[in-house]
Amino acid sequence: MSDTTTAAVAAPSGGAAKILKINEAVIRIAGNSQDGIQAIGGFLARLAGRSEQEVMTFMTIPSTISGGPSIFQVRIGSGEVLSAGDEADMLLCFYQHSYEDHIKSLKLGGIVLYDADHVQPKPEWEENYRHVGVNISSLTVEAIGGTGRDKGKNIYAMGLLAKIFDLNIPKITKLIEERFGGKDQSIVANALTCFNAGYSHSLENLLKTYQFFEPEKKDRTQVVMNGNEALAYGLIAAGVRFGAGYPITPWTDIMELLRRELPKYGGTFIQTEDEIAAISMALGGSYAGRVAVTGSSGPGISLKTEALGWASMAEMPIVIVDVQRGGPSTGMPTNVEQSDLNIACFGGHGDSPRVVLAPTGVEDCFYTAIEAVNIARKYSTPVIILTDQGIATRIEAFPEPNLEKICQDISPDLTPVPEHKPYDLSKPDGITRHLAPGTKILNGIYPIPTGLEHDEYGHPTGSPKLHSQMTAKRRNKLRQLAWDIPKLKTYGPNEGQILLVGWGSSQGPIKEAVDRARGIGEAVSGLSLKYINPLPNGLEQIFKGFNHIFVVELNDEGIYGYGQLAAVLRARYCDPRIRAINKSDGLTWKVKEILDRTRTLAGNLGGAQS
Amino acid sequence: MSILTSPSPTNLNPIPPTVAGVPGITTTTPPAGAERKGLTKKEIAADHPTWCPGCGDFSVLALYFKLIEKRRMVHEQITTVAGIGCSSRFPYFVQAHGVHFIHGRALPFASGISLSRPDLHVFVFGGDGDAFSIGGNHFTHTARKNIKMTYCVMDNWVYGLTKKQTSPTSPLGFKSKTDQWGAVDHPINPMKQAIAAGATFVARTTHTNPNHVLQMMEAAMDHDGFSFIECLSECVEFYEGAFDASNPRKGGVFTEVPKDHDVTDEGAAYKLAGNPFPGNFGIFYKNSAKATKNAKEAEIVKSHQAKVAGLKDWQILQKNFDRMK
Repeated sequence: MSDTTTAAVAAPSGGAAKILKINEAVIRIAGNSQDGIQAIGGFLARLAGRSEQEVMTFMTIPSTISGGPSIFQVRIGSGEVLSAGDEADMLLCFYQHSYEDHIKSLKLGGIVLYDADHVQPKPEWEENYRHVGVNISSLTVEAIGGTGRDKGKNIYAMGLLAKIFDLNIPKITKLIEERFGGKDQSIVANALTCFNAGYSHSLENLLKTYQFFEPEKKDRTQVVMNGNEALAYGLIAAGVRFGAGYPITPWTDIMELLRRELPKYGGTFIQTEDEIAAISMALGGSYAGRVAVTGSSGPGISLKTEALGWASMAEMPIVIVDVQRGGPSTGMPTNVEQSDLNIACFGGHGDSPRVVLAPTGVEDCFYTAIEAVNIARKYSTPVIILTDQGIATRIEAFPEPNLEKICQDISPDLTPVPEHKPYDLSKPDGITRHLAPGTKILNGIYPIPTGLEHDEYGHPTGSPKLHSQMTAKRRNKLRQLAWDIPKLKTYGPNEGQILLVGWGSSQGPIKEAVDRARGIGEAVSGLSLKYINPLPNGLEQIFKGFNHIFVVELNDEGIYGYGQLAAVLRARYCDPRIRAINKSDGLTWKVKEILDRTRTLAGNLGGAQS
Repeated sequence: MSILTSPSPTNLNPIPPTVAGVPGITTTTPPAGAERKGLTKKEIAADHPTWCPGCGDFSVLALYFKLIEKRRMVHEQITTVAGIGCSSRFPYFVQAHGVHFIHGRALPFASGISLSRPDLHVFVFGGDGDAFSIGGNHFTHTARKNIKMTYCVMDNWVYGLTKKQTSPTSPLGFKSKTDQWGAVDHPINPMKQAIAAGATFVARTTHTNPNHVLQMMEAAMDHDGFSFIECLSECVEFYEGAFDASNPRKGGVFTEVPKDHDVTDEGAAYKLAGNPFPGNFGIFYKNSAKATKNAKEAEIVKSHQAKVAGLKDWQILQKNFDRMK
């Protein structure tokens, strides 16, 4: 909870509950994966969205088949929320292991709300954290009629939270009805009973209720979803109607959603026999006239790289989603890592240029998907969307897009043309245009998109001159794209001591790190890269304004001491001031980690503090 | 109506302006009632094939031209797909929309076209390495899913493009550059493979009998589903005489599938496939009762679209967003 709440756990002077105004709260819910703790987190996130608050969540799920410890952290704020929060204000724990494993994630003086049926508080911790025990399991059983099962304890616990944080009851009731409605009426009734029982439980020993400051009025209604959903819906809005994939965590949600939704739009998504078939089938769909999508995570991307090379060579548009996870190999399937930058930018045989975009948050997943489709079409090129497990599973609220304006139709046009040369070298922009099969070409000469080096019609050639010209053509169009990319701006002043450069999902924590550093007078600014390949023009100008450039990445520093983006930037700009801050613990950046590492590195470089 | 549902040549009318099941495809309306001429061999022939003189693949290409001519097909109705190998150079020699994809993956690529463009007939040509070695997994699953297309494997029992290595159909004892002492691995039986995988049309022919090749191609094209033809196609350079035993001109015998063979009997077809070389030629198996994946997907689309009838695409999406507020 923000500064105004420091008095929150101070000893109460009277017996009556007080209401304390807060700006934000970080709540960590710890239990087992089948306890429905994601549901509580989801309810809280959705409620925040409906209350015009900002919200960001963070969750861990075990990669076991069933069960196992799991957490869901939700940060709700009346102002801007940039990360899921380093430390929790409240820990809601259902088991002894949840309590013991996560107490350290709690701020000193924070509140532990525990299920007294399963958790035995430790005296040494009772001094530092305010402990509130409620027999959540047994009270749930009692509330819904003593069936002996504690299913519903998550909803009961949400009632407790609603009471503590003075949440909007009509809105929560509506959320519960929406979530459980449509099924058996008794399920809704049971859920509401659990909720009300929790809400009306007396929390005498807590003595305080927190109330969020009224958030600023937002112009537009907010929608609440996770990154995978935003990405999938973005693809639909962009007009994608065909795709193919193979299940792999954490990409699978996207393919499930597309399989479920696309038929409504006359499209379909195919589950294939393997990763290679998936990209091949998607390329077939693209060739058939409409940019198609495939995607994967980790090992699956490796399998797709041969066909990706074909897409580069044949200049076939396609969107490939890579939801990064911990690697290499099977690695850490349910953890986050930014270690696929190299394979995304360079993975493949031969010189095979492609575009790589890294969305910076959940909302950006939606818009990046549309941009990826449009770049693929405009430049007739494969585009990789490099998202990660962190964004994929976290929930955020963002202003509802204007769908009527945004949704686009990218149906193929089969109107006959007089002649057609897909790989025309005389075109000033050098960009290939493919015609969908079924299009009549009046001069009777038909093209063959191919993986062999080819002439302007796609027919094979061994000509040294043509290979040089075609290679240059494929590369130059991406150079041209670099000029189309919006100019970058630093977060914070464009001059200072340290520039923290990040990409993709680390944007939020980096911004928050910059805010905190500047708050105490440190000359730190941030820069977030979304266009990874090609890089935007003008980066060297931005770098000039700073003494140090630290590239913050969730990947290993490698043999030579630089993370994957840092290595690219050093190669590109030959700037020795570019240094690396990396970690590979499979977790998202904490703001504190970034700041500590920044200060240490700057200190080692000879006192860069202003 | 598309060629997918109108096998008879007299029904090969121009493609309708709006293609059923393919939302929003723009095309010009052909003159009403105009019956178009099919393509001539001159119009459909492109580059001179790069195959060695005497290669069996010439015959398959010539018969593909003949098929297009005979069935009065036009450019708007077909697309030709291939992977990698000598025979997979095929699309370059056909003056029509076509694709040269990567080794072994022609079938999933072709599936992408077939499933998103019901107005096109997709023909896939390739060799035994492409089909049964590197592409083995795709062969099984494309057959199982019964995705509408015609797949003609030009089987020469050897890797030709890379100059004489053992192929998945090379017989035991075949001396190649990778089996200098003779092949030791049992070859795949393509017919058995296709039947077991669930292909709904399985036929066998040989390049030395052009009329039979054309007959099989026509029957395959008319089949609504995944139609597979194994066409023996001799590699005169690296496996000369491989199929002499099936060629009457070389003292062999060309034995058709027995007249009393029931093509709907999977067990009988499998048994037929077990006959020792030169075996039988003709349609081994045909199952018209199994719905294509194309039809099943179209059905799913139809039922889902009925639920959102009258809504524009953005309105359908809006309904989802409304639930996420």
